[in-house]
Amino acid sequence: MNTKINLFGYELKNPVIPASGTFGFGYEFAEFYDINCLGSISLKGSTIASRYGNPLPRIAECPSGLINAVGLQNPGVDKVISDEIPHCKKHFSGKLIANVGGHSVEDYTSAVAKFNDCEDVFAIELNISCPNVKGGGMAFGVDPTTAHDLVVAVKKISTKPILVKLSPNVTDIVAMAKACENAGADGISLINTLLGMRINTKTGKPIISVTKGGYSGPGIFPVALRMVYEVANAVSIPVVGMGGVSSAYDVIEMMMAGASAVMIGSANLIEPFACKNIIENLPVVMKELNIQNLNDIIGRSFK
Amino acid sequence: MKQIKMTVLSNTSVGHDTFEMILTGDTILRSGQFIELQLPNKYLRRPFSVARYKDNTLTLLYKVLGAGTSDMTEVGFGTVFDVLSELGNTFDISNVTSPLLIGGGIGIAPLFNLANDFAEKGITANVILGFRNKDEMFYVEEFKKIANVTIATDDGSFGFAGNVVECLKRSNIAYDKYFACGPMVMLKALASHSDMGELSLEARMGCGFGACMGCTIQTTKGYARVCKEGPVFKASEVIF
Repeated sequence: MNTKINLFGYELKNPVIPASGTFGFGYEFAEFYDINCLGSISLKGSTIASRYGNPLPRIAECPSGLINAVGLQNPGVDKVISDEIPHCKKHFSGKLIANVGGHSVEDYTSAVAKFNDCEDVFAIELNISCPNVKGGGMAFGVDPTTAHDLVVAVKKISTKPILVKLSPNVTDIVAMAKACENAGADGISLINTLLGMRINTKTGKPIISVTKGGYSGPGIFPVALRMVYEVANAVSIPVVGMGGVSSAYDVIEMMMAGASAVMIGSANLIEPFACKNIIENLPVVMKELNIQNLNDIIGRSFK
Repeated sequence: MKQIKMTVLSNTSVGHDTFEMILTGDTILRSGQFIELQLPNKYLRRPFSVARYKDNTLTLLYKVLGAGTSDMTEVGFGTVFDVLSELGNTFDISNVTSPLLIGGGIGIAPLFNLANDFAEKGITANVILGFRNKDEMFYVEEFKKIANVTIATDDGSFGFAGNVVECLKRSNIAYDKYFACGPMVMLKALASHSDMGELSLEARMGCGFGACMGCTIQTTKGYARVCKEGPVFKASEVIF
């Protein structure tokens, strides 16, 4: 039975990758289990300058998920490279995916350039879909022309494959994916969180300090699956699927929709062993569904 | 962090919208630490401070604030919860001989275990408990068995009329360190009155074990997660 997959020429032992922002820089989870079981790790979103993020509260409960408005809290790319990645590498022997956010094209290009010499990173995930950063982030992810120009600029300076992380908060997800592919993106990851809000009915005020945040969790899985399906049908570069994936069955369903690899997000927050459990269950579910090789099922729903 | 199953031994009302739940399971908790319960039909786990821990038996005090805690009141004997235990840091009681414990509302919960720690060391702690009014008082008799208790109520319906910080300012209680838990506004007022203590903070959490950055505060030592570096912080270090 084969759970190995290939992403940008790298062999991952399985398609399961913790999603950016739900796994820190990996080492927190190394206290709970041997994180070497993971296919890779998408690191906490990093920006050129350090960021505190949004005021508290940043979290709200939702049916089948949560809203977060962390706001890209991170120590800045330099510290990520000098401190966080080496700390992570003490526990993880595989290659990592760096995740980069920004407010301007220059923010992105200067941050991405810093990872060029970072051997532990095999790909850069470009976060053009963070709903929680004022005046930036998602602005690049809702207009195909803006996204195209950003990806062109980043591809010019990057020596690593670029995975563009798309926002579901758009009318036409396929147009966004195609714009990125045409600009030279090496892959597409989707979906980021859906914009949402909750109100405290006792006070009548929003729970989240900045009013709105990103909704994630099992509730968004059908939306994510549909978008992965549409994008995988339309582009010829690899698609990494995410959004509410919580079980080995979800991983397989996401791959059948067209994902070459699958990221696990919110599930890590309520179940620290989520990724480990999913990876251990994957061969069991494959056997049950008579799947010998995961690569055979990528896009099975439309092929 | 330890993931365990805990079984409910009892779940009873101890005051206005306030309940005591006693659970048992294989864990060892120290004063200041917290647990997270996975409630049925709720996505996120709920963090609770530990009001009492002894010999694998844990007491939680909780106030009904929303749908999650409202559902909790219906939980009966024998119910099994999936629990993340032994989360967060602890109060530092080393070299403390005259402790003052200051709690506001449901924030008195973690101070009860702490008062017991001191009692077991032969130290009777001074405790100021603050409530909105007489009707919302709870666990006062339990505290009185092990500590010297002063009560403050916002409306003056019992004890000192005013909040716990005003009560502290008017009192002549001698202490070498205070330990406080309660609403942020209370902790802020307390920290600006004196930085000779530790504050146990509350926050809406995503994960409870340091992964999501959902509960990060700013301190004089940089960003700190309430769930991981906290929930207990030096009063002198918290930037309000």
